Amino acid sequence: MTRVHDRGGWPGAGPINRAEHELSWWEKRTDALMRLMWTPERRVIRVDEMRRAIESMEPGQYEKASYYERWLHALETLLIEKGVLTREEIELKVKELDKR
Amino acid sequence: MHDDHHDDPHAPLAHDHPQTEFEKRVDAVQALLIEKGIITPDDVRRAVEEMDSRSPALGAKVIARAWVDPAFKGRLLANAKRAIAELGIEFTQEAALFAVENTEKVHHVVVCTLCSCYPRGLLGYPPDWYKSLNYRSRVVVDPRGVLKEFGLELDANVEVRVLDSTADMRYLVIPPRPAGTERMDEEELASLVTRDSMIGVARARTPALQ
Amino acid sequence: MTPRFKPGDRVRVRADSPPGHIRTPKYVQGKTGEVAGIHGAFRNPETLAYGRDGLPKQFLYVVRFDERDLWQQYRGSPRDTLLVDVYEHWLDPA
Repeated sequence: MTRVHDRGGWPGAGPINRAEHELSWWEKRTDALMRLMWTPERRVIRVDEMRRAIESMEPGQYEKASYYERWLHALETLLIEKGVLTREEIELKVKELDKR
Repeated sequence: MHDDHHDDPHAPLAHDHPQTEFEKRVDAVQALLIEKGIITPDDVRRAVEEMDSRSPALGAKVIARAWVDPAFKGRLLANAKRAIAELGIEFTQEAALFAVENTEKVHHVVVCTLCSCYPRGLLGYPPDWYKSLNYRSRVVVDPRGVLKEFGLELDANVEVRVLDSTADMRYLVIPPRPAGTERMDEEELASLVTRDSMIGVARARTPALQ
Repeated sequence: MTPRFKPGDRVRVRADSPPGHIRTPKYVQGKTGEVAGIHGAFRNPETLAYGRDGLPKQFLYVVRFDERDLWQQYRGSPRDTLLVDVYEHWLDPA
């Protein structure tokens, strides 16, 4: 079984792009929300669950996604899986905020 | 980038540019978690600030102390979390922390091939290249080639030791103290310690290059 | 609870690809290395990843490999090594 996240020695890897970008506000908040979900007081999500959710992405999607796109995918997936939020709620809220 | 938003966690919705799909989605998730009382806007602000307060300067302070104080270096190698606490640095990550020393004979370089494990508590957010698929793929199979790309060529008699952090163990590299720094104080020394030297893809700066 | 292996022991990493979350990279599976250290016993990420308690705890080892044992066409120096953290249930004596 090939796992898309298991990259050590992955064939065809090219030069390393060393350009760096300052994290944008949504990226920092995605990071922050995830960390808040795994604080000992909350334990809504465990870091192992986050990794599992990222690894479960469809391989093409995993490779295409940026780092925090993967985190956000995992955040949504796990909050829905745990019954904290529903898919519908999120979509509705996205639309609601869009109108403002 | 949008630093103006930092003071305004109650209204992450005021945007001065068209929002991307991802910005919208994180706004929505955040708003819902707040509505449900799972987090407060203040929690979000503090969580962002906590990471913003973590930067390679913390790691550099630790390395500079290790350079001037061999007993501290010994404690750092023996129990890194406890040693950095002596400098007032709390490693809040749940993971364990280990320091490893680069010498003339051994050169450590750190990677996480499975995800992006990184000693954030001492170095801040990991750089983009550290999280990149190409770095994660290549540094285990061709560490010398990768180091060369970063401008570091090591002699064949040096043992290159790749550390793949697959568990919740975080690794901090202590780079060798550069020559010609004997008269420098701790603060000056810390300015020579780069983030990349603490990951192991570079050496510390030499004073001449400053 | 006592660890099954001690530093210096030769170990082979199991070659297994069960469905689900694992923290043993493919490139060390089936390879032989040496126990370089024992981190202690930790909850098992393979079950933590699915919301379970991760018990029983598993010993976690640092295993050292010669790079040339991992990659047939390794281009670096014969001195080069790789260290990776591996849970006990992934290791057999070699």
